[in-house]
Amino acid sequence: MRPVYIVGIGQTPVGEQWERSLRHIAHDAVIPALRDAGVEQVDALYVGNMLSGELVGQEHVGALVADFVGLRGVEAYKIEAACGSGGAAMRTGVMAVAGGLHDVVVVAGVEKMTDTIGKDTTAGLAMAADQEFEAAEGVSFVALNALLMRRYMYEFDVPHSAFGHFAVNAHHNATGNPNAMFPKAITLDTYRKATMISDPINLMDSSPICDGAAAVVLASEEVARTMHNGRRPIRIAASTVATDSLAVHDRRDPMQLEAAWISSRKAYQQAGVTLDDIDLFELHDAFTIMAALSLEACGYAERGRGVRLAEEGEITIEGRVPVATMGGLKARGHPVGATGVYQIVEATLQLQGLAGRNQVRDANIAMTQNIGGSGATVATHILVGE
Amino acid sequence: MSVARTWRTRRQRYSLVGERCEYCHNAIFPPRDVCPHCAEPAQKEYTMSGRGTVYSYTTVFDPPAGFEAYAPYPVALVKLDEGPMVTAQLTDLDPDDVRIGMPVEMVTRKLSEQGDEGVITYSYKFRERLERQAVAA
Repeated sequence: MRPVYIVGIGQTPVGEQWERSLRHIAHDAVIPALRDAGVEQVDALYVGNMLSGELVGQEHVGALVADFVGLRGVEAYKIEAACGSGGAAMRTGVMAVAGGLHDVVVVAGVEKMTDTIGKDTTAGLAMAADQEFEAAEGVSFVALNALLMRRYMYEFDVPHSAFGHFAVNAHHNATGNPNAMFPKAITLDTYRKATMISDPINLMDSSPICDGAAAVVLASEEVARTMHNGRRPIRIAASTVATDSLAVHDRRDPMQLEAAWISSRKAYQQAGVTLDDIDLFELHDAFTIMAALSLEACGYAERGRGVRLAEEGEITIEGRVPVATMGGLKARGHPVGATGVYQIVEATLQLQGLAGRNQVRDANIAMTQNIGGSGATVATHILVGE
Repeated sequence: MSVARTWRTRRQRYSLVGERCEYCHNAIFPPRDVCPHCAEPAQKEYTMSGRGTVYSYTTVFDPPAGFEAYAPYPVALVKLDEGPMVTAQLTDLDPDDVRIGMPVEMVTRKLSEQGDEGVITYSYKFRERLERQAVAA
């Protein structure tokens, strides 16, 4: 397999972009990424997106975006794996270049979630779950995560307030990210007083509904060597995807994200690294409970102890396992199908020393993990600065 | 839910008809044709008793489209006595009284309706288990 490098990145501010449609938002990330890489033509475009059909009434997004960004003629399609679509698109791009079929590809993630009213967006997000036996019973996606969180609190005797450290950290880091949706610090008191959505999940446990797009240009080593944008070359040392049952009720143990376990272990093996080598971890904090479960599945904490890392300050920029370094899903925002690509863009900025006052010191190796649904698809990537 | 899907899943929603794997003997619900435990074909019908306990629960305040009229409503993961877990609404109780481990039993209730002309879907919901049944179990 050929080494694959990130040679260009682009992202839009995350938020409610009323004046921009799905295609415009994609454009706003892809064009800067192409410019950043200094290329005008690529071999293929892979677009991570979850809900264009349901929320915008638009499928066939690959060709749409390709045409709209001036890449008419190129191979292009949408990759869908619920909230893990961006990570799955990334994996597709890596396979194409690593396998030698393409030399330069663009991976974009785009989501437009604010063209519909809340209850329709809520119904759309529930499509990440089992439509016949979870969503059909009136169980929202937030409620599924609430079921996990309640059980976690019961099984491991963790108070709700302990999860607040994840939200406080994410919001603190978002203040240093000009593209974040909520660049506003919160306190544990803000967390405790937040509006309840689906108990025990309150507004501060939950990532927001928003619009956004991010893009990266990937190239083979041979092509990457000819590009000189003056920045540190970033190699993709691992790219893995694993799956689990779609429904939470079908899991062997709902308190264990088995796909995250498989995906991360394959990634450590591919990259030849251990947890101690990884300098930062962009995890999937769609809900605070997911951050805890992800840390445990990846081996950072034992079962039921993931929250402890947050309580002890280990997840801050200066900590042992910095997470959500640019605000994470909670405060940067979670435009679902775009999130996996935002994580890659942010990890690249960290490894290139361009993360401003959120810079993790001496960052050489970064991991990202993008989760589809309540854990049914998990994409893990490990990036290395050379 | 569409008319065809409501009809197709009626035996599951009305009477918890699942399967039992002939190889590893695990009970399976909802039916899925391939055993999730041993990956062998599993197509032997098996009806669950409808009794179980609450594994976890929450309340939906912000419902998806189609359920606005019923919110807020309690939902749960119910661990059936036969082994499988079911995602379902709770009914006939005060949401504040729900506890993890509470014994519950299946009842049939209206799940949703689609206006004056759409299909009315009935499904399983779970209520706190009545005492005499708890003793019988």
